[in-house]
Amino acid sequence: MIFKRKQKVVENLAEANENAIFNKETEGLSQGQIVFRRFIRHKAAMISVFVLFSLIMIVFTSSGIKIGPFSISGWWPYKFDQLLDLRKEGCPPEIVGCPTLDMMPSIIDGTSMGLGVHPFGQDDIGHDYFAMVMRGAQRSILVMLVIGFLGGSIGIVVGSISGYFRGWVDALLMRLTDFVITIPTIVIGSVVGYHFGNLGVGFLAFYLGIFAWTGLSRLVRGEFLKLREMEFVDAARVAGASNRRIIFKHILPNAVGIIIVSITLLMSGAILLETALSYLGFGVVAPDVSLGSLISQFQDSFTIRPWLFWWPGLFIITIALSINFIGDGLRDAFDPRQRRRLSKKDKAASRDQAKIAAASN
Amino acid sequence: MFAYIVRRLGIIVVTLFGSSFILYNLAALSGDPLEGLRTSQDPNVKQQIIALTRQLQLDLPPPIRYFYWLKGILGGLVGDINFGMTRTGQPVIDQIALAVPTTLRLVSAATVLAIVFGISIGIITALRQYSRFDYAMTFVSFLLFSLPIFWVAVLLKEYLAIQFNDFLGEPTITPQWIFFASVFSGIFWAAIISGSRARVFAIFGIAGTSTAALLSYLSATKWFANPGFGPIVLFGLAVGIAFGVTYISTGLGNSAALKSALAMAVITLILYYPNQWLFGVSNKKLVYLLMIIALFVVSGLVPMLFSKIDRGPIIRTSILSAFLMGFLTVVDKLMQTWKPYMETDAVYFRPVPTIGQVNPLLEPGNFWINFLDILVHLFLPTTALLLISFAGYVRFSRGTLLEVLSQDYIRTARAKGLTERTVIMRHAFRNTMIPLTTIMVVDVMSVIGGAIITERIFGWIGMGTLFNQAIGSFDLNLLMGVFLLTGFLGVSANLVADLLYSTLDPRVRSGAGKK
Repeated sequence: MIFKRKQKVVENLAEANENAIFNKETEGLSQGQIVFRRFIRHKAAMISVFVLFSLIMIVFTSSGIKIGPFSISGWWPYKFDQLLDLRKEGCPPEIVGCPTLDMMPSIIDGTSMGLGVHPFGQDDIGHDYFAMVMRGAQRSILVMLVIGFLGGSIGIVVGSISGYFRGWVDALLMRLTDFVITIPTIVIGSVVGYHFGNLGVGFLAFYLGIFAWTGLSRLVRGEFLKLREMEFVDAARVAGASNRRIIFKHILPNAVGIIIVSITLLMSGAILLETALSYLGFGVVAPDVSLGSLISQFQDSFTIRPWLFWWPGLFIITIALSINFIGDGLRDAFDPRQRRRLSKKDKAASRDQAKIAAASN
Repeated sequence: MFAYIVRRLGIIVVTLFGSSFILYNLAALSGDPLEGLRTSQDPNVKQQIIALTRQLQLDLPPPIRYFYWLKGILGGLVGDINFGMTRTGQPVIDQIALAVPTTLRLVSAATVLAIVFGISIGIITALRQYSRFDYAMTFVSFLLFSLPIFWVAVLLKEYLAIQFNDFLGEPTITPQWIFFASVFSGIFWAAIISGSRARVFAIFGIAGTSTAALLSYLSATKWFANPGFGPIVLFGLAVGIAFGVTYISTGLGNSAALKSALAMAVITLILYYPNQWLFGVSNKKLVYLLMIIALFVVSGLVPMLFSKIDRGPIIRTSILSAFLMGFLTVVDKLMQTWKPYMETDAVYFRPVPTIGQVNPLLEPGNFWINFLDILVHLFLPTTALLLISFAGYVRFSRGTLLEVLSQDYIRTARAKGLTERTVIMRHAFRNTMIPLTTIMVVDVMSVIGGAIITERIFGWIGMGTLFNQAIGSFDLNLLMGVFLLTGFLGVSANLVADLLYSTLDPRVRSGAGKK
């Protein structure tokens, strides 16, 4: 019995010590710094940031960027629509255009590591598949960013206005949101993509973005309805702040966590939406390529040329997965209840301290 | 409450009106339905253009055409609903009536399975928070979130259909596969049950060896070529179900519940041969219906023998076990049908299809073979849809259960000295289900969206196919018909979710609270 009670005392003290560790860590830091520290401690999120960043760098530098009159040529020698001779050497019999990417160092399989001529192989008529996948990934990422930006900004504006002003403004905007929500995204995407897809990927992304804001606006509205009743908003109003100032300087910063998280989710959904539409033939259309259209184009060649199927799929998964993990890391970082799990060393240290303290009592 | 529902229904009507107007004009203004004809070389193309213009009323501006369409729909108020004609001149409503059952068949199995598996795994991960199993499942569910369904589908076709068919041609499992499967099952069970290090290793050993032994036995006896339980194995499984259901439902301490569940297992064994005979009789519909009724009556009455007080939970346990045992009996019957099914000319030892909703070459007439055929065709699309929506349930139920477990009433329940099982199943799990119900209802909508792609990949002809066809051929009436149905499903799903939420959770008063 006494032992048990003592055990309890030790546990309580250990908990207090753990709290002290947390408090010490956040002492004198601004909210932004705390969030940033929590975020960089999230291992999966940090790995994802690294992976996503390197992937974007490779994708955009290899095939070059062309924005209006400016164009930067990439370091990859082939273009995605350039017809080349099908390569036969090094491939299994009866198969041409196999990938030359060699990930094994020479110690294991005798040939040195390297990209080779066509690292991802060639498609059935001789296009360099690396260039195609890079081009496709570029299109998909572009669509994703535009949807994230457009959907995010419209969602924030609509949500904050209707949540802040309430009344008839709210009723009107929320009915509008309902109208758009009722139409399944893929329906909008198909209608839009079918008729605007051929105008280029920019138009597609723009029109998809116009319809992608509904979920976010509801979320922001809910946040605003909650926050506008808080004391700090009253304080700002009494101090004579204008509506615009209250919305943008006082309420929005408090809702930024939930907004950033749902924008990352919006973006990972967007890349899947774009690829699905392109797969159905309503998204990016030939001669341009996207990751989805590549899969759609080559799904039947899985048994003979599996690489044509694997690479775009792996790119979609890598992009969506890293964005999901970044979103998860951000959610943990912004969550005030979320605490870092103490390492075993910290826990042991706090327990030891507690034991010493209990013993000395 | 009534006024609230009426108001919500009013809002639904307004919403559907608004969104159908948006969609109609969007679709009408974004392209030219006569495009194909204009470039055609046909000599009488002029007449065709004129005919089509008249048929589709293309001489009117889209907003006015919309109201003509709406007039047809509003005819439903006086019992004369008119969805219009498709471009090829068939009534839209007939097309939809054909497509709806297909889509329902596709969606329902996937949804039910996703809910059952997703919630179970989600609860286990929440109870084992920050364990390796939790991290592994978090990773898996993020991976599933990021998978494009059409990509998964191609992989499923290759590995689950083509290579599985190859395996069934020569149903022996290679030692490597037995090894991998045993290690996997060992790790899986050890991670779920967990405990001290010695216990984890013991569980790993037991699960691993028993999997290896089972698989070797099945492989050696070529069980996969002619599967089936037989009465003895079926009885063993039924006893397992009896213990499992009793444990979750009332706890093994309740001997009356355990006795009545075990009685169900004995009845399952006794009825094994009579059931086989009943499965074969000619007047199937009536007999099967009677069998289902008998199942519920028997399982509802037997517990009366074992207990006079507190019968509710005991009857619940008994009915649940009897239902699962009945399910197993049906599975056993289906397994017995497997060999004859494989041997039919239409199938000829390649049972798992990659495409289609039924095997058109199969002769109709044999209920069980045709039933098995439908199930086998559901296998791949259901798996694909399941993989996609499973992750959402895992994440959501994990999050909700963790939230619930940190509430004060859970602490109170523990402080009262209730067993952990009671705290989890009765206090925590029930409260977790409240927000989950609302998610389930809304999720049906996104599954229907997913079905658009799935139908295309697996060659099913359902709502998704109609929709693709409508957009591709610029068929506005068909598009609006499909949309009206899915849109109505969507908004009413939302209403049902809200109503369920307020019925299940007395803290939420819909209607009263909102205004």
